[in-house]
Amino acid sequence: MKTTYDMGPIDIAWCPGCGDFGILDLVKNALNELEIKPEELVLVSGIGQAAKLPHYLRTNFFNGLHGRALPPATAIKAVNPGLTVIVTSGDGDMYGEGGNHFIHAIRRNPDITNLVHNNMVYGLTKGQASPTSQTGFKTPIQVGGVSEEPFNPLAVAIALNAPFVARAFIGDKDQSKAILKQAIQHKGYALVDIFQPCVTFNKFNTYKWFKENTYYLEDSYDPTDRKAAFAQALESEKLPLGIFYRNDNRAAFEETLPAYRGDKTPLFQRPVNFNQLKQLLDEKQ
Amino acid sequence: MPTFNREISLTLGGEAGQGIQTIEYLLVNLFKAAGYQVYATKEYMSRVRGGSNSTTLRVGEKTLAAPCDRIDLLIPLDKDSLSHLKNRISPQTLIIGDKTLLGEDYPVIDVPWGKLASQAGAGILANTVATAFICGMMELNEDLLNKFLAAYFDRKTPEIVEQNLNAAKIGLEWGHKIASEREIKIVIQPQPQVKGQILLNGAEAIALGAVAGGCNFVSAYPMTPSTGIFTTLAQNAEKLGLAVEQAEDEISAVNMALGAWYAGARALVPTSGGGFALMVEGISLSGMLETPLVISLGQRPGPATGLPTRTEQADLEFALYAGHGEFPRIILAPGTLQEAFTLSAKAFNLADKCQSPVIILSDQYFVDAYYNIEKPDLAQLKPEYHLIKTASDYRRYALTEDGLSPRGIPGYGEGLVCVDSDEHDETGHITEDMEVRSRMVEKRLKKLEAMKDEAISPTLLGGDDYRNLVIAWGSNYQVVKEALEGLNLKDTAFLHFSQLHPLHRETAKFLSKAKKLILLENNATGQFGKLLQLETGIKIENRILKYNGLPFTVEEVTESLKSLLEGGLE
Repeated sequence: MKTTYDMGPIDIAWCPGCGDFGILDLVKNALNELEIKPEELVLVSGIGQAAKLPHYLRTNFFNGLHGRALPPATAIKAVNPGLTVIVTSGDGDMYGEGGNHFIHAIRRNPDITNLVHNNMVYGLTKGQASPTSQTGFKTPIQVGGVSEEPFNPLAVAIALNAPFVARAFIGDKDQSKAILKQAIQHKGYALVDIFQPCVTFNKFNTYKWFKENTYYLEDSYDPTDRKAAFAQALESEKLPLGIFYRNDNRAAFEETLPAYRGDKTPLFQRPVNFNQLKQLLDEKQ
Repeated sequence: MPTFNREISLTLGGEAGQGIQTIEYLLVNLFKAAGYQVYATKEYMSRVRGGSNSTTLRVGEKTLAAPCDRIDLLIPLDKDSLSHLKNRISPQTLIIGDKTLLGEDYPVIDVPWGKLASQAGAGILANTVATAFICGMMELNEDLLNKFLAAYFDRKTPEIVEQNLNAAKIGLEWGHKIASEREIKIVIQPQPQVKGQILLNGAEAIALGAVAGGCNFVSAYPMTPSTGIFTTLAQNAEKLGLAVEQAEDEISAVNMALGAWYAGARALVPTSGGGFALMVEGISLSGMLETPLVISLGQRPGPATGLPTRTEQADLEFALYAGHGEFPRIILAPGTLQEAFTLSAKAFNLADKCQSPVIILSDQYFVDAYYNIEKPDLAQLKPEYHLIKTASDYRRYALTEDGLSPRGIPGYGEGLVCVDSDEHDETGHITEDMEVRSRMVEKRLKKLEAMKDEAISPTLLGGDDYRNLVIAWGSNYQVVKEALEGLNLKDTAFLHFSQLHPLHRETAKFLSKAKKLILLENNATGQFGKLLQLETGIKIENRILKYNGLPFTVEEVTESLKSLLEGGLE
């Protein structure tokens, strides 16, 4: 499908068969269907193979530092709430290097979408364990196999009352697109952890493995039930997919800022309030 | 008969939590309202209760703005204050306090604060008694004091207000009584110009100056001594239309600030050395993205946690070199509160214009010190914005003559704004093309020339035909100025730097004219001296350095200069 986001012929740094290609298509198609203009969108990423995605579609982007996508994304949305802000980065970037920001961005709840390409391995640095690597996974560093418990992003997000928590698998583009579209439209922070096989460095969690080890939450599942969502997030035999949790009652970060209480003008369009400043100085007289 | 003409130095000592700050707050405002020139500086321990803290107030007829050792009146609220301040107590110091508490080590004028407070209604009123006592000794207008107390305790119950007014009455009476019994005369004429002036501290000057410079986004993690800047902005966020957020750590704070600037806001990050250490990657990112950034770095003694509530000027080299890779930056270091306000505003214009990090270097002493200054002329401080509305073929890193590419923001215009921490081409896309790399390095470094064009000239005090030149930077402006005025040397001038990097192009000329150079810095290695040598080739042999955690005092600077100048006089 052609989209307004296409860049024409470009050199893409991903391996043939990489799940990231699927995610790129998915993002472009979801945005196209939601009719979001490239000029009014900002993609924010950190570092890693996944974090290169913003370079491969036509839009504004802020490709910052490793682990640091969420803080600038939060600020961009706060300064200009009219922009759609999507963070797109990998599991190492988001849950390892950026783990503290992941926790606190959820608490803060900016109206942004956080798409995490989760392939359970470090790609760009060539095959070390990631925070989501499964116990026993062998790498050139973790030679005896990973001994740590894998990070459970969904359980953490639900524990922090993230207002939208979902998991997808790029092997199923239609369902993944439907989830991503809802995430983008959701007011407040939305996490979409998306399984995306690394064909070069993860020979264990392959397309086939993900297909055999995932299933969708049932239609009767109620995503507003936080305890049920937490129980689903703890499932580890086979991994559920779909929208685990949503809570429409949390105010977005930018809405809570005193600066927007009486005045909805985006910060970047406001002149200095010299009258108030003068008054403050007069009070020091 | 102790007489104090034109100026008095008053020190309050006590434990944290005993209310020294309340007395300080009331007195500085009362003195200012009475038309006196007033200055206050405090030194305190890193604890919430206990320990020994002190505040020194200077009240007089001429501008007072530097720490002094001399104590004319000492009000110790506990016995430990006497040993804590022993080096500053002289035979001329009048010690006023509760004799039963203070013991026999020093001659004490007995004023039993606790007993008097109980008479007024409660022991907690001792601070009000002490405040009023000083007003009484100085014969301050009683109505003024009552008006102040009523306003200060405005939100309390009428009983509390009443009690405080009683306490004030008792304090005033005792002040009058002691002054007449001991024949203490304090003769200070009110100055008419003080009435229209404002009283603020360094933290407030930096914070409000930032607002005048268009700052509308603040992200920070609390850290002494910069918390005051953060607090001032947070408390006025709604009024001034600022987004203020306490980040989870300093890494987040600096990255938020960069996101905010990218989207078109003007962001400030107040911090101290330890927090700045965590922001180093963000400074480098600002260099690469060419996204402006303003950091207010309030120095305190390191390494590591160091002395959290004390002062030092030892992060200059750190600020200068923080961040991997090569990119230009600006470092400002205001010397006065006026300058703190104007340079803080200017920092935002410079960051926007030069698309680079700007660091405002202050220190604990500077942000905590109060004095009265002329109200800043806001009409002179209109923010200069350098943003453009983008066209559809916009390239964020378009190569230009001066290295400055017109800066657009997302959602304003038809273009796309792409910024990347990787090396990038003109459109902002990642590249490993070595030719592009070289051009981009050169582009970024070229901006140093634009910065030099804007560089602030050092301030020369004293005649042009100097033989000796004293050099200092940042917060040491006032202390050197007062010491030199006291010494009144015809052949000695003072050169103060409020921009440390890049240096003004004329810097070497100022230095090479002098026969003798004297450098004064609040650190152990003479960091600015090393920078001056690097930039001008001139080595400064005479150095006055202090690094015990306290600021220089007028007396110390006077003595040091005397011995250095006498040795060199032919």
